[in-house]
Amino acid sequence: MSDTILELKGVEKYFGEFVAVERINLSVKDGEFFTLVGPSGSGKTTMIRMLVGMDKPSRGDILMSGERVNDVPANRRPTCMVFQSLALFPHKTVGENIEFPLKLRGEARHNRKTRAIELLEQLHLSEAYYSKKISECSGGEKQRVALARALAFDPQILFFDEPLSALDYRLRKTLEKELKDIQRRTGKTFVYITHSLEEAMVMSDRIAIMRKGRIVQVGTPDEIYNNPANGFVAQFMGEVNEFRVSRADSEWLRDLDTEKRYPIPPESSVSEGLLIVRPERMRLLSDNEKADSRFEGVVENQYVLGSRVQYQVRVKDRNLLVEAMIGQPYKVGDSVSLGWDADQSVLIPE
Amino acid sequence: MMNAPGPSSLSKARKDSESVIPMPGSPTRLQAFAAWARQPGVLLSLPALVVFLFGFLGPLLLVILYGFMPARSFGLDHLPTLENFVTVFQDSYYLSFAWSVGLALATTIILMLVCWPVAYGLSRIFRRSMILTLLLVLPLFVSENVRLFGWVLTLLNHGILDGTARTLFGWEVSDLLYNVPVTIMGMVYVYLPFMLFPMALGVSMIPEACREAAFDMGASRWQVFREVEVPLAMPGILIGALLTFVLTLGSISEAKILGGQSVIMIAHDIETAFTYAQNWPLGSALSTLLILLTGVLVIGLLSKLNIDKLLSRK
Repeated sequence: MSDTILELKGVEKYFGEFVAVERINLSVKDGEFFTLVGPSGSGKTTMIRMLVGMDKPSRGDILMSGERVNDVPANRRPTCMVFQSLALFPHKTVGENIEFPLKLRGEARHNRKTRAIELLEQLHLSEAYYSKKISECSGGEKQRVALARALAFDPQILFFDEPLSALDYRLRKTLEKELKDIQRRTGKTFVYITHSLEEAMVMSDRIAIMRKGRIVQVGTPDEIYNNPANGFVAQFMGEVNEFRVSRADSEWLRDLDTEKRYPIPPESSVSEGLLIVRPERMRLLSDNEKADSRFEGVVENQYVLGSRVQYQVRVKDRNLLVEAMIGQPYKVGDSVSLGWDADQSVLIPE
Repeated sequence: MMNAPGPSSLSKARKDSESVIPMPGSPTRLQAFAAWARQPGVLLSLPALVVFLFGFLGPLLLVILYGFMPARSFGLDHLPTLENFVTVFQDSYYLSFAWSVGLALATTIILMLVCWPVAYGLSRIFRRSMILTLLLVLPLFVSENVRLFGWVLTLLNHGILDGTARTLFGWEVSDLLYNVPVTIMGMVYVYLPFMLFPMALGVSMIPEACREAAFDMGASRWQVFREVEVPLAMPGILIGALLTFVLTLGSISEAKILGGQSVIMIAHDIETAFTYAQNWPLGSALSTLLILLTGVLVIGLLSKLNIDKLLSRK
């Protein structure tokens, strides 16, 4: 298959003694929405700067459509980036900003304008924005202008460096969906960087999770969610219930802290590690309801999360989290039973 | 007022003044003025206002008035006349004006070219280098004339440069002084900081991401310069250009000391009129014209440049 558009082979980057990223092997397919996720300091910004051509890898190769581009500077790569700060030109109008890459290529003024207005429309901005100043645009409008400018460049790969991080929640949600929509319509390869796994899940076809300069796991949102490679990935998505366990026999796990026994989740190959149960996979049990593992505890806190409610339940000297639909009859201080079935848990290395 | 300080009295005073303004001629007008004058801003600006009035506006007015007095008179008690201005336009003073404007223009343009790379380095590469900034500022602490005479000693026939070249290599490096190029060199040398620092400020206002974004979209080095760097640094460039142009327009020492009066600048003519010729009204008329010329240029440029917007921009 030659539909790999971007490939990284053993890429490493050092700044003096400091290792920013190491042993990066990745391949991105043509037309894919690929997201690099990691906390700050995980090396994702270093990664994107190398991919765009603003930094050179210290070791390893970057291939675009099969060609080595290590030494090709940013202005000669068929890629374009939407910056975190957006980097719109404050001295140019919206129209001039969008036309900028076309102007550099020497396109005729008339063609440029037609294309710019076409792009404005595509991004749900009226033609009136063409002659507006950048300072007259709101945060969301600036995002759209930045995206329009990048699309005007018509790159083979479009990179995004956390452009949505400064926006409020609702606008971010809207733009996430729009971005995904535009990616599908244009069929372009999008490589996105974010520190929010939630954001990555919404948009991406595949996700790579980075930590301390290395890639921890690559997979579809489903795979990442259901089969996290380790505790770091599992926690990255949000709060989870963790149990340090080791195999007792072929069917049971032994809790290293409490000596309690849990059934081994199906298809587990690890012998010792973390048993992960997500709060939404945990169930509140009625008196005679059955579950593979069962706990008794007292509700210590409740948090309403919109349509769902999360209970923090005290079981002996640890807290467990369980999520349920809103409208449960439990209050703080109530005694409850909770538990999970073996196939709702995952066993992963620590 | 004194008995009831705090926000309530303040708002009361404001209410009073508001209700008063729409009724001109009413006896409370004085109170309104008093309320206005009591504002902290008015009081605090008083010292500066007095200095401005007696130290700047007053003398300026005197100079302008003297320009309309009969030639060689000392006093403002004569009938106003335009004879000085007639003299200025009939005589060859236009030449001095032309030289001043020409040299100022040349100096400004040369300084723009020379200072850009230095400003770029200063604001982006040697950002924390106090020593470099100090080296550039230090010459300002030495009198301009002293520095210019230093150049004279260096460039003089049999001076430091010529003498050294003759002794060591047998080369003759003479006749460097007393011409137009050396005058311009002197001006460029003296007014460099006035272009450099505003320009460095302008360069530091270019967001790094804008530069990178342009480059990322395929711009060449030259295109980044023309499309992004120059327009974004323009405020600094304009302020620098304005400062150097106005300063060189009124300069005198460079043409006198280094140029050896091979060109006469307008400031020199003014000096001569006031001192040697003892013709204050003529000097005043020339000064008035120079102020007018400078004013038109400065106001013309400043109106295109919104300082407030500039400073609030991220």
